Amino acid sequence: MCHQTVSLVARHLEANGIPTVMIGSALDIVEHCGTPRFVFSDFPLGNPCGHPWNPDMQTRTVEIALRLLESATAPRATVRSPFAWKPDPGWRERYNRVRPEDRERLLALGESRRAAKDVARRKGAT
Amino acid sequence: MTDAADGAPVPYMERTRNYYRALGYEKDYVWAHFEAVPFAPLPKPLAELNIALIATAGPPDESSRDARGRRRVWSCDVDAAPARFDTDLAWDKESTHTDDRETFLPIDAMRRLVARGVVGALARRFHRAPTGYSHAQTIDQDAPELLRRLREDKADAALLTAL
Repeated sequence: MCHQTVSLVARHLEANGIPTVMIGSALDIVEHCGTPRFVFSDFPLGNPCGHPWNPDMQTRTVEIALRLLESATAPRATVRSPFAWKPDPGWRERYNRVRPEDRERLLALGESRRAAKDVARRKGAT
Repeated sequence: MTDAADGAPVPYMERTRNYYRALGYEKDYVWAHFEAVPFAPLPKPLAELNIALIATAGPPDESSRDARGRRRVWSCDVDAAPARFDTDLAWDKESTHTDDRETFLPIDAMRRLVARGVVGALARRFHRAPTGYSHAQTIDQDAPELLRRLREDKADAALLTAL
């Protein structure tokens, strides 16, 4: 939800005269929502501004965002960060994957979540 | 061949849809979608701008939650930013970590760029935008509150980061 939330906030700020630029890693969510300026870091979710403990990459990424803030002349301006994730060929398939062996566990997890929500709802109604 | 196996950007909306179906939810989540996109031009050159940071991570304690445990808009002086944050949100916990706050809240990077004269100033506070499923909560309550706080700090523009 982070990318959607930030996209909605950016839209509100822009509509009220405050220019914005976003840095994130979920390109599809941001483009689906529609935002003015976006720097796409093609990394696993969690480190949009650069690799952990790499201040040089983080500063360069933020500078790319600031330059986009200045150079964009129309909305939906997207720039792809030149930096790649670490040598870890499996990362793209990892997040929220559903393997056949996960199905039973995930269904049980969903059922427990729904049960907890029902309890909370009943408590709120009394 | 699975999605994104060819090096294309990860299709997070599709992944999330399939994941929640596997959890047994019957209705798919409807992601926010707009055709028109607002656009505000810069009021002055980059080197003169006062820029505010907005992230989605919050303080490491429960102080910014309401009585029902929901996260609220939270602001903090950049000089008093904690080293560790509450990052209990949806990100790739198998592939990376959030131990370095600069990867999602680039205060030090902004300071370096201010020192180099690339940008005018870093606004005195940074802000946490609370995340949630409700578009209306963000659009009608949280975003207006963030706007109010940016104006209070005389921020000219905002840099937003998403975990």
